[in-house]
Amino acid sequence: MAAALAQYRPDTVLIEGPPEADGLLALAAHQDMGPPVALLAYVVDNPAQAAFWPFAAFSPEWVALRHALDHDVPVRFIDLPAAHTFVHEHEEEPEGPGIDPIAELARTAGHDDPEQWWDDVVEHQLVGDGDALAPFRTIADAMAELRPPGSEPSGGREARREAWMRRQIRAAERAGHRRIAVVCGAWHVPALAGRPSVASDDALLKGLPKVKVELTWVPWTHRRLSQHTGYGAGIASPGWYQHLFESADRGTVRWMTKVAALLRAEDHSVSSAHVIEAVRLAETLAAMRGRPLPGLAESTDAVRAVMCEGSDVPLALVQDRMVVGDRMGRVPDEAPTVPLQRDLTRLQRSLRLKPEPAERELDLDLRKDTDAARSRLLHRLTLLDVPWGSAATSRTGSTGTFRESWRLLWEPELAIKVAEAGIWGTTVESAATSRARDLAAHSGSLGEVTALAEACLLADLPDALPTVLQALADRAALDADVAHLAEALPALVRSLRYGDVRGTDAAALRELAEGLAVRICIGLPPACNSLDAEGAGAMAGHLGSTHAAVALLTDADELHQRWSATLRTLAERDTIAGLLRGRAARLLLDDNQWDAAEAARQMRLTLNPVTPPAEAAGWIEGFLAGGGMLLVHDTRLLGLVDDWLTSVPDAAFPDVLPLLRRTFSGFDPGVRRTIADRVRAGTDTPATPDRPGFAPTLDRTRAATARRTAAVLLGINHAPPGARGSAE
Amino acid sequence: MSVSAVPPTDSAAPAEEALRPHAETAYAAELAALAAADDRPRPACWQLSPWAVATYLLGGALPDGTVVTPKYVGPRRIIEVAVTTLATDRALLLLGVPGTAKTWVSEHLAAAVSGDSTLLVQGTAGTPEEAIRYGWNYARLLAEGPSRGALVPSPVMRAMSEGRTARVEELTRIPADVQDSLITILSEKTLPIPELGEEVQAVRGFNLIATANDRDRGVNELSSALRRRFNTVVLPLPASLEEEVDIVSRRVGELGRSLELPAVPSGSAEIRRVVTVFRELRDGVTADGRTKVKSPSGSLSTAEAISVVTSGLALAAHFGDGVLRPGDVASGLLGAVVRDPAADRLVWQEYLESVVRDRDDWKDFYRSCREAAEH
Ligand SMILES: Nc1ncnc2c1ncn2[C@@H]1O[C@H](COP(=O)(O)OP(=O)(O)OP(=O)(O)O)[C@@H](O)[C@H]1O
Ligand SMILES: [Mg+2]
Repeated sequence: MAAALAQYRPDTVLIEGPPEADGLLALAAHQDMGPPVALLAYVVDNPAQAAFWPFAAFSPEWVALRHALDHDVPVRFIDLPAAHTFVHEHEEEPEGPGIDPIAELARTAGHDDPEQWWDDVVEHQLVGDGDALAPFRTIADAMAELRPPGSEPSGGREARREAWMRRQIRAAERAGHRRIAVVCGAWHVPALAGRPSVASDDALLKGLPKVKVELTWVPWTHRRLSQHTGYGAGIASPGWYQHLFESADRGTVRWMTKVAALLRAEDHSVSSAHVIEAVRLAETLAAMRGRPLPGLAESTDAVRAVMCEGSDVPLALVQDRMVVGDRMGRVPDEAPTVPLQRDLTRLQRSLRLKPEPAERELDLDLRKDTDAARSRLLHRLTLLDVPWGSAATSRTGSTGTFRESWRLLWEPELAIKVAEAGIWGTTVESAATSRARDLAAHSGSLGEVTALAEACLLADLPDALPTVLQALADRAALDADVAHLAEALPALVRSLRYGDVRGTDAAALRELAEGLAVRICIGLPPACNSLDAEGAGAMAGHLGSTHAAVALLTDADELHQRWSATLRTLAERDTIAGLLRGRAARLLLDDNQWDAAEAARQMRLTLNPVTPPAEAAGWIEGFLAGGGMLLVHDTRLLGLVDDWLTSVPDAAFPDVLPLLRRTFSGFDPGVRRTIADRVRAGTDTPATPDRPGFAPTLDRTRAATARRTAAVLLGINHAPPGARGSAE
Repeated sequence: MSVSAVPPTDSAAPAEEALRPHAETAYAAELAALAAADDRPRPACWQLSPWAVATYLLGGALPDGTVVTPKYVGPRRIIEVAVTTLATDRALLLLGVPGTAKTWVSEHLAAAVSGDSTLLVQGTAGTPEEAIRYGWNYARLLAEGPSRGALVPSPVMRAMSEGRTARVEELTRIPADVQDSLITILSEKTLPIPELGEEVQAVRGFNLIATANDRDRGVNELSSALRRRFNTVVLPLPASLEEEVDIVSRRVGELGRSLELPAVPSGSAEIRRVVTVFRELRDGVTADGRTKVKSPSGSLSTAEAISVVTSGLALAAHFGDGVLRPGDVASGLLGAVVRDPAADRLVWQEYLESVVRDRDDWKDFYRSCREAAEH
């Protein structure tokens, strides 16, 4: 492009792009402007409706723009104004030609890789034989073949764009320009070169509806350029093209040298000998493949074979940092404010949350609409790396699901963070949504994604949730650590039950939670084998939280059965620590999976002289962790504990004492006292064998106390104390 | 020095009688046709141009109508990089998990480049230095003293003096100090014989292809000095289901014929299923890309898939009705997947429950696998 312009010396340059940007074009030559950058256009009344035009330093449009500015040649953008295109955004017709013309040409030439073909035929061969304009002519001819006259419907979006561009070219001619350079997609060349009548163009462009739009420059990144979705330019290897653009000669040698430096910085031993061999291999490969110069494919093959020991792992680094590249662009301060900042300002005003440079605390009551909206805003900004608020513990000490406390501090640097976050979208909500999606795609561990899912719920980003949940499902499937799964499950179930989740997502979330629970069922027994005391303690916690979570998953009978079966396995397998077996036994009892007789049987099996005393004490700890009331009510169980305790040999007693003390000191003082009374009274002769722990008749005085409390809880006016009514 | 390495001699069995003829014999016709059609420049002492060597490995049609069968099924670039490496006088290291055709490719490369794939050193923990450098014929050594006549050259030494391709199999199994004797050979391209005060200089055309297993890299990790002498090409597992089914069906057919087993219809459902299971477990994701699964510890190579199907076929022939059914492959599959009794069993169970069970036309297969797993 640069060579062609230098040769042609245009007296005006017209570029395919939104004409509303004409006033901003001069900024391209500003000393603080550094590509990659993008032109951003958005609808003033609805900034979420936006479009980006990204440019790298090597983009032909950018090269042409800089040529014009550097040579004081008038330059303008000539595409259909964004004011019109936004109105037609919802039309069925896709943007662009509908076919990939380069792929079409490559196929005609018998190649299956269009980019490769383009590099070989255009970048390497047509260029360099002296006439810089030759490739442009050749491609224009090829496009004319692909677009024979009359092959397309008249009207439609593409036709309107081309009519508009023709109109601008005519205007430039009328203004007296003689050497007009039009920089546009090759596809348009036949349409712009051919000149249908002015009248037919006017007819196409008559009465186009429009909206009010604004534009500005925003920094862009090579990474975003390489994305095919969203506003990426679909350039697979911006870093490589940047390299070609910057290095005038010995491109392969320079590239290999840079690769070597990168790999060395990451502690791979790469010597100059490697660089030499890599260059030789790349050049010989190119010759073997009939290419004039090593392209990216040859360079990559050579780097892999010579410098990376055949491995794709270090190569991924080269791909990420060099072929794509992490360059981030800059725009001068003179560029208009980004819409994300504007949206934020609007929200700050409507929510009466002033950005202040002094730290202050903010307590929110989420039942109030304004507070809920404030909370959403702060959570969304956190996701966007704009840490205006951080979670704080409340001054009033009030806690609960309806309350949130924040510490707010607006530092000037946050404005820059907002500008950087502008890359994700034009409103706080849309930007946070894309950012969450991106995080989901790149986050590593299950814990990270679970946290992200919770963050999405807190920030109320329903559109990001499906992606995040998919990522969660993927990580959960891969995580082999039952503890991680068990840590993730309760949060999921909580979100499912209490979170404000839409129907489809709820189904996905549910499937995910159930799948996770099944995995825990499968993985738990082996994971509980041969744990040390500390490990068993941690696992007992997981057991309890998983149990609670599974219970909250309603309408999942199969799962509940599975979970009970898992607990039974744990309770009965004697390679498992006593603590865990006791805990499992207790959960089964609480769940009515075991009756008291079965629990007593298990207890008798465990609490015998053959079991190592510490193991038995662990069992008791696990079994009684749910509270000691059980021993008060079931004198049979108490009797078993008592019998065992008295049979512990003297030598072992000091070992089990701390364990027992830990267990019993966790009980309520009242419970402890009652147990002591029972033991003193003797546990050998249970009063009623079929209802252990219960007296044969009702004790009315004690019942009245309970009744009063129940009445208070229920909010009904209770009868005067001591009255004996029908409520019994 | 206590062992005298006996060089392979030309008195080996004639090709027609060999159970498995060398590549250069088995494909002599293809090689001759390629040489005749090949008008591109050949590196010194090469039988073919690099382009023709690549065509020999990857298959293609020649102008005279000869069809060259593909020897290696996989990415073109792998073979191109391997051949180009040899053409730039760099030694080539083929890496990969077991059963990815490393030995196979190495043999065919040597056959196409040098017309001789027999200059081979088989690496083991007991491979002595003599196998790489040279040994002595002790009778002559005693009778004549140190002389060229008493010296027994290794395959590598012969490749050096004749300008051919030497092959070293399973390089990482060779003890580190023995490996080191390759460093001088590869960097100086000479092999000193201090006993005679002489040296053997490699003539042009000499090069070396080594293979090593990715999995037991740790056994005798290559020193970085030696590693630096090689360009490394990793042979991947087959990229697509179709490709792998193709490789497995072809090899099962060949092996089955020699064991006189009934023929499997090509693309048989059971082969597809075995390959699918192998691939899903290996890739950690189901074929539809929707569900992730854990991978077991074993390598689950194509070669293992071939053996699961072949032994299933034997079961069907000797104990069944000769038709390959889920029950015939289930226990073989279990054995291939569950290498580590604890962790792999869990992986297999999870896979059966979360993936296999829900597939409508896999019910029989699910049942057979459950049964096999319970025994
Ligand atoms: N991509 C492939 N193309 C053609 N054949 C293949 C391919 N992958 C595997 N095979 C077949 O698998 C068999 C095993 O190959 P080979 O013995 O060369 O493996 P290897 O990589 O050397 O294994 P090991 O590490 O165990 O030595 C060969 O018969 C080969 O035909
Ligand atoms: Mg091998």
